[in-house]
Amino acid sequence: MNAAIQIAVDAMSLGGLYALTALGIGLIFSVMRLANFAHAELVTCAAYALFALSGQPLVMAFSGAIVVAVALAVVTERIAFRPLRRADPTTMMIASFTVSMLIQKLLVFTLGSRPKSLDPVPMLSQAVSIGPTQVSLLKLVTIAVCAVLLLALTLFLKRTSFGLQMRAAAENFTMAQLTGVRANAVIVVAFALSGGLAAVVALLFAAQSGFVQPRLGVPLMITAFVATVIGGMGSLPGAVIGGLLVGVVTTLLQAYLPPDLRPFREAFLFALVILALLVRPNGLFPARGLKERI
Amino acid sequence: MTALLAIEGLAVSYGRISALRGVSLQVDSGEIVAIVGPNGAGKSTLLSCIAGLVRPAAGVIRFRGDAIAGQPLERTVRRGIALVPEGRHVFAGLTVLENLRLGATIRTDRARVASEIDAYMDLFPILADRRHAPAGTLSGGEQQMLVIARGLLSNPALLMLDEPSLGLAPRITDQVYDLIESVRARGVTVLLVEQNADRALRSADRTYVLNTGAVRLSGASGDLRGRPDFEAAYFGLDLVGGQA
Ligand SMILES: Nc1ncnc2c1ncn2[C@@H]1O[C@H](COP(=O)(O)OP(=O)(O)OP(=O)(O)O)[C@@H](O)[C@H]1O
Ligand SMILES: [Mg+2]
Repeated sequence: MNAAIQIAVDAMSLGGLYALTALGIGLIFSVMRLANFAHAELVTCAAYALFALSGQPLVMAFSGAIVVAVALAVVTERIAFRPLRRADPTTMMIASFTVSMLIQKLLVFTLGSRPKSLDPVPMLSQAVSIGPTQVSLLKLVTIAVCAVLLLALTLFLKRTSFGLQMRAAAENFTMAQLTGVRANAVIVVAFALSGGLAAVVALLFAAQSGFVQPRLGVPLMITAFVATVIGGMGSLPGAVIGGLLVGVVTTLLQAYLPPDLRPFREAFLFALVILALLVRPNGLFPARGLKERI
Repeated sequence: MTALLAIEGLAVSYGRISALRGVSLQVDSGEIVAIVGPNGAGKSTLLSCIAGLVRPAAGVIRFRGDAIAGQPLERTVRRGIALVPEGRHVFAGLTVLENLRLGATIRTDRARVASEIDAYMDLFPILADRRHAPAGTLSGGEQQMLVIARGLLSNPALLMLDEPSLGLAPRITDQVYDLIESVRARGVTVLLVEQNADRALRSADRTYVLNTGAVRLSGASGDLRGRPDFEAAYFGLDLVGGQA
């Protein structure tokens, strides 16, 4: 019982972080078929903003992180990805990889590669009891924040006119434009949203890990990428479920693998991913109109 | 009458294939104009070009006097041009109602939009029955009704329809043409492409016969119907030496 609650909380909080990251990546992919590796650096830069503003009230520091991540997302779209909008997906992917490396190296160059410690939300670093079980308050808050954000984003996409336009653009960009959907607006909003999500992930992740370094976002981004592939590239519910699934499986592997195999947890995870893709090559929830681009 | 749409010397090629060669035509406000011709004549290319989907190699397209060729796609509907493209182009993953709402993306008069959506649902009851179903689950004919209604919801000055009767039962085809005539009565100008030449000639004021990328014949639909050279132009018999 005790262990089950622990594992459930671990799985959901890790899965939630993956889901939010996968959602940020999935939003961009769904509207412009861009596999944005630079999403990692949105998270990293937001975490550095939190570091720079540590000591400030949380609201200030977090606002700063959002501003940094959203601005970076929008600026990379404007100068790197917009000129390539009609290029083929491979070209765009290489561009995003280049942007990602460039920002990483800039961070190393200006701030150094040594990890810097930070504790953005010290009041969460305590445990609370669920019955007899002690669980980390931070993990509970992580779960709650992820749930609220997923709900809010779903409502935005399903209930607002702009959300409808984004879903239409994700399915068939050309037809969406013919009905009057503005390409730039949809794409910029998608990038801004992915920046916002990255800032939230940065806050929760930095609070857990306690430090920031230039490659902070990279493993998260790679795992979230795997999650979007499992869920079905371009499908947003797929990204969320893929993220949760990867979190759950990782946690279960960590808990139940024999101790001497635990260091190879990722190898087992990716083996499962390959198996899943053999059974469902397009992911669990294949998106519609994947070939359609701008 | 002023020309709403005036096209001169339009040429389009896809790589080495030349799809349109020196096409000129004019559509006046309030007219129904039909373009008929066999497969591959260039009819869809012509509408795509007007909508901004395809860039012409030469020629001018003027809408209300402004040259519009090669402009951003999302400007088309804002100028008052709606294209109901060939084939099924519903947003398959969105519901019927969401597809209709998208048709009104550029409008701000929400109350009117809502009542117009209701009116289209009365006209095509299947759309009302399936309003919350994904549009991709409608039959081909039902999807055709949906895209026509969606195109009209932008309140266009010029409605362009590419083969509106394709895949529809005769009764529904008549309903669609009744709708076309009723929107014209409200002041909407209609440019339609048809392979079903008889049906198009009956409703259109004027008709252009397009074949192998060029206008072979044009005139008032009533006159064309009786003309002996109509079939020759349509089937391109004049091009192969008239052995028929
Ligand atoms: N995207 C494209 N790439 C290459 N060639 C094309 C393309 N679209 C059309 N064509 C060619 O251009 C010519 C005109 O095509 P278009 O679709 O305009 O004909 P259409 O009159 O609409 O025919 P249909 O009645 O069969 O719809 C055809 O020879 C066609 O093969
Ligand atoms: Mg055609």
